[in-house]
Amino acid sequence: MSTDPAGTPERPESPERPESPESLGDQPGPHFGRYGGTWMPESLMAALAQVTETYEAARRDPEFRAELKDLYRDYIGRPSLLTEVPRFAADLPGVRIFLKREDLNHTGSHKINNVIGQALLARRMGKTRLIAETGAGQHGVATATAAALFGMECTVYMGEQDTRRQALNVARMQMLGAEVVPVTIGARTLKDAINEALRDWVASVDTTHYLLGTVTGPHPFPAMVRWFHSVIGEEARAQVLEQTGRLPHAVAACVGGGSNAMGLFAGFLDDPEVELYGFEAGGDGVETGRHAASITLGRTGVLHGARTYLMQDEDGQTIDSHSISAGLDYPAVGPEHAWLNDTGRACYEPVTDTACMDAMLRLTRTEGIMPAIESAHALAGALSLGRRWIDAGEVGEHTPAGEERIIVVNLSGRGDKDVSTAAAWFGLGTASAAPASDGEDDGDADETIRAEAGLAPGEDPAGDQDDARTDADEEVQR
Amino acid sequence: MSTETMSGTAAAGGSKTAAAIERARAAGRTAFIGYLPAGYPSVDECVEAAVALVENGADVVEIGLPYTDPVMDGPVIQAATQASLAAGFRVSQVFDIVRRITERTDAAVLVMTYWNLVDRMGADEFARRLAAAGGAGLITPDLVPEEAAEWLAASDRHGLDRVFLTAPSSPQSRVERTVADSRGFVYAVSVMGVTGARKDISDAAAEVVTHAKAAGAENVCVGLGISRPEHIAQIGEYADGAIVGTALVKALGEGGPEAVGRLAAELAAGCVRDAAGAAADPKAGE
Repeated sequence: MSTDPAGTPERPESPERPESPESLGDQPGPHFGRYGGTWMPESLMAALAQVTETYEAARRDPEFRAELKDLYRDYIGRPSLLTEVPRFAADLPGVRIFLKREDLNHTGSHKINNVIGQALLARRMGKTRLIAETGAGQHGVATATAAALFGMECTVYMGEQDTRRQALNVARMQMLGAEVVPVTIGARTLKDAINEALRDWVASVDTTHYLLGTVTGPHPFPAMVRWFHSVIGEEARAQVLEQTGRLPHAVAACVGGGSNAMGLFAGFLDDPEVELYGFEAGGDGVETGRHAASITLGRTGVLHGARTYLMQDEDGQTIDSHSISAGLDYPAVGPEHAWLNDTGRACYEPVTDTACMDAMLRLTRTEGIMPAIESAHALAGALSLGRRWIDAGEVGEHTPAGEERIIVVNLSGRGDKDVSTAAAWFGLGTASAAPASDGEDDGDADETIRAEAGLAPGEDPAGDQDDARTDADEEVQR
Repeated sequence: MSTETMSGTAAAGGSKTAAAIERARAAGRTAFIGYLPAGYPSVDECVEAAVALVENGADVVEIGLPYTDPVMDGPVIQAATQASLAAGFRVSQVFDIVRRITERTDAAVLVMTYWNLVDRMGADEFARRLAAAGGAGLITPDLVPEEAAEWLAASDRHGLDRVFLTAPSSPQSRVERTVADSRGFVYAVSVMGVTGARKDISDAAAEVVTHAKAAGAENVCVGLGISRPEHIAQIGEYADGAIVGTALVKALGEGGPEAVGRLAAELAAGCVRDAAGAAADPKAGE
């Protein structure tokens, strides 16, 4: 249903694909169909040209590739594991779920892949300062980490609302020596942090590299960030072949801006038989208007340098997005995703906060792996995909061993940063919601009764959930 | 009254903005371009402020469309445009504002807008309505010529000016393309940064103007950081016009349209060229 092999080239035999503009997995930009481009102030055009030139030269430079590979292995800890989660998938007969464990990377998410790559480029360009936007704080932490590693200055812009939701990551960035600037204008979330980072960059471009954290923005960011993350998909493809002897039926990832999804998809875009699923933040449900499902309900327009799908009103003003996940709380999406949606090569669906939190707890309880709330959207999406196949009779108890449908889910980050949000959502550790994430949890938090209630969909009125979230915010602020 | 046919060249005859700058030049003045946010603090006061601006010496009025994500604007203009949005401002009201200003003054009225607002309405429809309202054209801070094909066609079709920006960081090859695609004037960004009043005018400004002139620009106006008559006098030595935004917006917020008129009169004193020692010659400053 989601695969449209039209125009798709032959699948190369090796996961170490040769570089080819014909490859769907390595589209060079600046345009992806009618999307992408460079909608930026003139003041930044020279800097973008310099980034493009440096990136294009570096990716063809064996020395750069070797340096990157060494850092991926010796600093990030790549390759990350591919872990099958049979207990998580226990009630989905005929379906096998594998997780690409980007949560095991140094700093705890996929973000570091792109950050290390761009930091190397910044050093090549002679830049001494890195700036970044961050939502959940994972990209900010990764950037602050690279700045520490390379001896660079670092400023991270973060929406004020997110500095409250993700206080732990604010402290991590400060520990690493970064300045964290709370953004107090607009919606005070990720998009406003990007605006502020761009304003900084316009004035500081001589010394500063804007280390954009996702596959949005002007050229070359969408193509470049995807390239640095394509290691996720390349590894996953080789690993799933090694572990099962075949390609997956589908791969799944959460989509905010869409970098972890593009990284995973890049490994499978040239395999037309592999379905690609991106799961957007459905918030309270797309019908409520309180969501961040840019593709599902968005219209095309121009934001932050690219033509893409975005949440906007009739006038073209950006609409505030809503998600329990700070990292997905972005009203647009990478332009390549917009294009993959329109061509039918990838399929995008919303996942509600409730479904996502249920999946987060389910993975934690069944496998002992605590995912980031962002990644839990992909888990919830994979569960619903499996159920859909079973309901349609495509797989089930009757499916013979070896013919199960395989889903590879990108577990893009670990959930430590989200413990206080989760505790509030499930009513855990109410006496010490914030310390629970500091390892001072004394066991009271392992109170299951209310958590089980949380597992029952639709039983928690949205209003209560909002209150719980606010309580958690206040707790964290103490 | 909008012209139906346009040659697509920078000929002053077809450009309302170039004509306004030419009138200033003939009178021995540096053209004075004043920015005000649409609908701030209200639609009526915005119109009154624009009229006061022109009555006190502005040659061109720049009406800024409030947008949720104004990446080229500093805190003062951000606050004003966000207030306008919060008060319920709608994009289509800008045509009414332009019409009311052009009915009461002979200034050229440009609209400054981030591209998505035009994109949403459709470039051609936006251009049609702006021309019908008597508007002169658009200043587009996040649209570079590479992405402007639709706007080039729409502005030609409806006889509108298109003001692109050129910056201290722009290489000459880019400057040439920007100049070739601009009509009315070329907007020289004086400093690497966003809008906002600054104490001094950057030395980079003269160089940016020189590059644009070398690429064949007839009119080059300098913006960003200009807030005092002495800034304008200094810019008048090498440029055709000076653009003032933040200082006027601040005056409007603090003292209403009257304060805009008072500040405009002060700024206009800096436009007189003889006093600054520059010749009242159209090609002064080379």
